[in-house]
Amino acid sequence: MSAGAPPQLSEEDLLVPATRPTLGKRLGSMTRTYASAVVLTLGLLVAWELTVRLAHIPEYLLPSPTQILGDFKTDWVILWPAMWVTLREVLIGFVIATAAGIGLAVLLHLSGPLRRALYPLLIGSQTIPIVVLAPILVILLGYGILPKLVIVALICFFPIVVNGLDGLRAVDDDFIQMMYTLDATRWGIFRRVEFPGALPSFFSGMRIAATFAAIGAVFGEWSGSNAGLGYVMLEATPNLLTARIFAAILMLTVISLALFGLVSLLERIAVPWAPKRESA
Amino acid sequence: MPAELSSNGNGPHGASADDGVGIQLRGIGKRFGEIVALRGIDFEIQRHSRIGIVGPSGGGKSTLLHIVAGLMEPDTGEVTVEGATAAGDRLARCALMPQRDLLLPWRTALDNATIALENRGISRSEARNRTRPLFARFGLAMFEDVRPAQLSGGMRQRVSFLRTLVADKDVLLLDEPFGALDSITRAQMQEWLLRALGEEPRTVLLVTHDVEEALLLSKVVVVLSARPGRVVRELTADFPTDAPRREIVTSPKFVALKEQALEAIG
Repeated sequence: MSAGAPPQLSEEDLLVPATRPTLGKRLGSMTRTYASAVVLTLGLLVAWELTVRLAHIPEYLLPSPTQILGDFKTDWVILWPAMWVTLREVLIGFVIATAAGIGLAVLLHLSGPLRRALYPLLIGSQTIPIVVLAPILVILLGYGILPKLVIVALICFFPIVVNGLDGLRAVDDDFIQMMYTLDATRWGIFRRVEFPGALPSFFSGMRIAATFAAIGAVFGEWSGSNAGLGYVMLEATPNLLTARIFAAILMLTVISLALFGLVSLLERIAVPWAPKRESA
Repeated sequence: MPAELSSNGNGPHGASADDGVGIQLRGIGKRFGEIVALRGIDFEIQRHSRIGIVGPSGGGKSTLLHIVAGLMEPDTGEVTVEGATAAGDRLARCALMPQRDLLLPWRTALDNATIALENRGISRSEARNRTRPLFARFGLAMFEDVRPAQLSGGMRQRVSFLRTLVADKDVLLLDEPFGALDSITRAQMQEWLLRALGEEPRTVLLVTHDVEEALLLSKVVVVLSARPGRVVRELTADFPTDAPRREIVTSPKFVALKEQALEAIG
């Protein structure tokens, strides 16, 4: 029989239009998505400003938003170079954590004995307070960038490993049996089913890690350094330059948000097939 | 199917003729702890014939398929798939198509269908070139580059079936392949499947709980009992594959067979 008579294909066979929404529409939906967050933030800032002004709270106790803004102008020469130092620590540390996290998750997934041996140690390692560990690392590794990278990486790699490992292990058994009947090797199953299937989980871990990275860098700088936003804060505290501390915190927040956004962007590029999730 | 597809000796073109025993089961028994899933299953089908297995849910039908496929060994009895008895050799001869289409969501329809070739170490572009012609032949032209999420259930099952054809195994094990589809799509898919198998003969073992589907698609229908699954009836169906479906299902012979099967299921 000639299969030149293909079954009639209709519009219904395609469930979703293949076209993407236009830029205008996407901007519109973004505005709607973030409108409530913007309104809330502005409201809080106004309340903060009014409280400080009406209660006559001294600047060294709690600076108002406008005083913090003013500090950016006077302290820009201090804050700007400090931000670059911290940004570098955050980015490099995060990349190290991601590489190590993915590598370790894959290793633990592929080897049962290794997983059983290392997993409890991995969990245990997270109970060591980084605040205690940081000064020791500085003694060991000096005042340079190295101890900061180690601390950032130590904080960041854990959520990546745990999420990634969960993702790798969550792959449906039916897929694996299907692959075996299609002549797959263990490696083929990992490469074609498990790893791509676990990518969204790896990205979840990376997004959590992105919010930790800046904290790690500040811990590192507090334990011994002569540059970076953490160092700026440390120096400002005994001098009661509270506005400068807040300005530095704001810059840290910007770094964290930017890293989070970068990871989300990468996820969209690497995992375009993933079901759309409500953005946080 | 293009000749290049039959590069491995296990394929339909590697064997010489459409005769000989396709699948043979002798006294197959399987238990899971206290539960006896299968007991003393015997049947045999010719190469490139089609056998349907019907029975109540939980009667061990899927277990039987996994045993034939070599994904599992029976506790008692022996399975022979085209002469092969060892689990690994059976696995090399069988392709399993489950109820869920199990398409990989990150791969396009074409790249899902090529996966068996890629698993054998054939480059992706080469695998695509070999598989692309099949899409046109089996009514999937223009759907090559579409991701599964954008396809309807019926189309996904077609891609899934195409994937097992590309694997070029002589034995197809279909586990409720259309169980998740609505009845209209299901009827279309049954016709489509018969047409595809007319072009690409395979030894087919079809598991279903739909007696009508089993009678329409198979030459022999085996009725399994509730747990423990035993063969309680064997019926010869063998209806013409090119006759209109309505004519077949209303024929006295079909009605009588359906009656017998339903009675055997109880």
